[in-house]
Amino acid sequence: MTEQGVRWTAEQVLALAPDAASRKAGSKLGVAGPWSGTGSGEGTVWGLCKGSGSRPYQTVVDLAGATGPGYKCSCPSRKFPCKHALGLLLLWAGDEDAVPAGERPPDWAGQWLAGRRGREEARKTRGEEGSAGGAADPEAARRRAERRAERVTAGATELEQRLADLLRGGLAAAEQTGYGWWDETAARMVDAQAPGLAARVRELGAVPASGAGWPARLLEECALLHLLDQGWLRRAGLPDALAATVRSRIGLPAAPDGPPLRDRWLVLAQYDVVDPKLTTRRIWLHGAGSGRTRQVLSYGAAGRAPELSLPVGLALEAELTTYPGGGRARAALGERFAAPAPAAFRPPGTTTAEAAARYGEALRDDPWLESVPVTLDRVIPVPDGDRWQLADADADTALPLTGPARSRPGLWRLVALSGGAPVTVFGECGHRGFTPLTAWPEGTGEAVPLC
Amino acid sequence: MNGAPSGRDTAIPDGTWKDGTWEDGTWEELVTTALLGTDRRAPAHVPPGRTAPAALLDAAAVATVRRRAGLRPGRAAHRPERAPADPRPPLPAAAARRLTTLLADRSGGTGGGRRGSTPDLMELLPQWLAAANARGYAAPPQALPALLDAARGRTDLRPAALAFAGPRALWLARLNPDWRFALRAAPGGGAALPDTEDAEAVRRLWREGLFAERAALLGALRARTPERGRDLLASTWATERAEDRLMFLDSLRTGLSDADEPFLEQALGDRSRNVRATAADLLSALPGSALAARMAVRATACVALDRTGDAPAIVVEAPLECDADMERDGVVATPPAGRGERSWWLGQLVESAPLGTWPRRLGGRTPEEIVALPVTDGWQGELHAAWCRAAVRQRDAAWSRALLGSPSAPEAGGPGAVSLAERAKLLAALGPEDRAAWVAGFIATHGLSEAFQLLGVCAVPWAPPLGRAVVDALDIAREAGSYPWSFSGVMGLAERCLDPAEATRLETLLSIPDEPEDAAPGAGGYWAEAFQRLVTTLRLRAEMARELMPPAGPEEGGAQPPDAAG
Repeated sequence: MTEQGVRWTAEQVLALAPDAASRKAGSKLGVAGPWSGTGSGEGTVWGLCKGSGSRPYQTVVDLAGATGPGYKCSCPSRKFPCKHALGLLLLWAGDEDAVPAGERPPDWAGQWLAGRRGREEARKTRGEEGSAGGAADPEAARRRAERRAERVTAGATELEQRLADLLRGGLAAAEQTGYGWWDETAARMVDAQAPGLAARVRELGAVPASGAGWPARLLEECALLHLLDQGWLRRAGLPDALAATVRSRIGLPAAPDGPPLRDRWLVLAQYDVVDPKLTTRRIWLHGAGSGRTRQVLSYGAAGRAPELSLPVGLALEAELTTYPGGGRARAALGERFAAPAPAAFRPPGTTTAEAAARYGEALRDDPWLESVPVTLDRVIPVPDGDRWQLADADADTALPLTGPARSRPGLWRLVALSGGAPVTVFGECGHRGFTPLTAWPEGTGEAVPLC
Repeated sequence: MNGAPSGRDTAIPDGTWKDGTWEDGTWEELVTTALLGTDRRAPAHVPPGRTAPAALLDAAAVATVRRRAGLRPGRAAHRPERAPADPRPPLPAAAARRLTTLLADRSGGTGGGRRGSTPDLMELLPQWLAAANARGYAAPPQALPALLDAARGRTDLRPAALAFAGPRALWLARLNPDWRFALRAAPGGGAALPDTEDAEAVRRLWREGLFAERAALLGALRARTPERGRDLLASTWATERAEDRLMFLDSLRTGLSDADEPFLEQALGDRSRNVRATAADLLSALPGSALAARMAVRATACVALDRTGDAPAIVVEAPLECDADMERDGVVATPPAGRGERSWWLGQLVESAPLGTWPRRLGGRTPEEIVALPVTDGWQGELHAAWCRAAVRQRDAAWSRALLGSPSAPEAGGPGAVSLAERAKLLAALGPEDRAAWVAGFIATHGLSEAFQLLGVCAVPWAPPLGRAVVDALDIAREAGSYPWSFSGVMGLAERCLDPAEATRLETLLSIPDEPEDAAPGAGGYWAEAFQRLVTTLRLRAEMARELMPPAGPEEGGAQPPDAAG
């Protein structure tokens, strides 16, 4: 565990916050005033924070854990991490004197840390045993999978029938039916244990109200849904990789089965997709040695932040294991060998033409793919009427920004960072356009998160 | 569903992203069929064994994937010019992070409720900006949107925020209508102005620039070489519009000296009444000017020493008329509603007469002695108020001190009805140390309840005696057992203005004392919380100042300004 120079930046610490209120409360505690007995060492930070009560809260953070940062605080908050943990990390990030390094943790912190490390060890051993004897009853598992496949098949068949009925009557008629028909169909797909189909159907319900050009968009999405149904129903005839893609698009569970790839992974972007029931955190990583770009997902139940948080601009030495299907873009984060630390390197970039071509090629492995991760090098944000584009600095070509990207505050950070000069931008390039997620200024300079 | 094309085929027209649709005959055909329904309109091609809807969906799926796979970048729109370079050195990394935190606090700054024990970060932004500007740092480009948003919401922040934001912020503001205000405000940042030594560039900007640019140029010249600014203005004076003449003339207030008198005297004959009034106002601030001498003659005719009674007293004989010469010298003939003409004229004459006139006129007395003289027939209020205005306008420290009186006097301030606002203005004419000492004395005698406005004019950070007086008064208020929020205004000021070095002295106030019987319930805890916030804020300010120190690089000294206390 290297200690020197691995203090995070305030932005990176604030990225751990579960919500805006915590960010704000944590910021206010990121000053020396309420803190005493602070220290840091071996990837952990601890301190006592004076609150409204007579006893200060005991706060300790473990940044070096193999499964991500761990937090412990004696405050009653159910936020995770709580504002005290955030404040402590901010103090640690901002002021080397306020949180001296190379200390030994006090007993109260040491006990928790020892317990945590012990549990991690145990989990690792258990995991190794588990993978050896994982399929305790392969026969039962196979029967379960068969039963589910039958249900999905019934669901896909029913969905095909419903789509056919829809197109027989015409999409114009569907405009009047409203969400009801779609919601009911989605519920049928939930019953059929095909959550991927259910989610697609539910999204379709919103298309007729999405403004000009909706019939074309609705037809596109209906056609892709049909393609997915057909893919499932004829999966026996598909190549293995494409069949795996269909299974994952349908929403069947899969375990990461690729060979573990150890690399120094740079955190390119992290953003949350919030649903009333579930928060999905998407984290893009780029391997310094392998040159691969992978996505790691982390989930949080309603209103809770996903546990995994990797601030943009840090790099971590870790193993990633890919999931089958979808061009193997998704991966699970395995063992971590060192705490995330600030990294100076950038992902290699390309042109807008190459970015568009990459998306086109990726559709071969996964025709349902919305976008691919791409780093654009030497591009300039350019206003285009009430839209924006990213234009190549050295060619007369440009990619439009997607609608949501245009309305985010990150757009203006990108424009300000560029100032009309070429910048490097990482983002998602798809059929709706380009969504910028992180940018680097011309020359040297830190990564600036845009989402 | 056979033969999914690669999208590279030259026979297939390349699409670009346009409104999310794809202009293509076949696709349009498919959409039309889908809209109407296959019952009404059969698809063009239905393979044997497929139903009409399935064939339509097959074709649409192929077309969709083909379109997506064949997308190509579009043509680049017209590129914006590059933002002008910002030659200032970048912020140290820690200070840049601090700025992010200060700006992030903006969103919820107005949330109601108790203030708790944590610092109010948004309130520290103004002094952070002032310190960063004093050291001449450039703003990090990615912070500009948040900075502009903050300045948009708070007009008081705008000058400092825009100066710090620099030329790139103006470049950015041209692209976002939300930030138009930045273009309207004068680009006082100096970065957009030509080198004031470059005579040709200065003349060109003065001839061709927009009003805001010209005003900024004139302001910059007056601050450094006042006579060049005046000559520039005089060169085009006759052709300027009346409202511009007024604004430009007002900017001569900076660097005003006797050398400006001929120009101002000539402006007394201006066509515009407002321009005349401003010229007269400026001239009366020059005690050696001819206008000041004329006013002195008029004023001394109205005020005399009466030795007939037991003790000497001042008698006042207000003017009987306002003649054309008086009007030319800026006296406004018509009083506001509810004021008598004669006292209105008197006030203006006394206000514009040099204060040095009065010791000669009133028997060689000092300002203190003059202020102490009784005034007959109830003219004291009018006369002293006019002297106060004169002391403020002429920045006369001796008269200001005399009119303020002793801070510990029972009715502190001048013997006349000098309001707190006027006292605050008089204080501004004193040196920073005298000012702090006077307010410290005032607080020691009168407590904090009246002190807010006076504290506002004291130099930041507060001088040690003033800081001690405020802390002692707060401690007394706490021991008296009242709630701290009666003093929240002063507390807020103290958080922003106390010298951070006072933090250690405040430590003893952090404990929760035993409550005296007559105290408001729980007050002790609230006071401890309020002092906690005060101490935390002071520490934070000390840290902010430290972060803004230039990094100790190999080339020490040189262009860096000397370390200003902050």
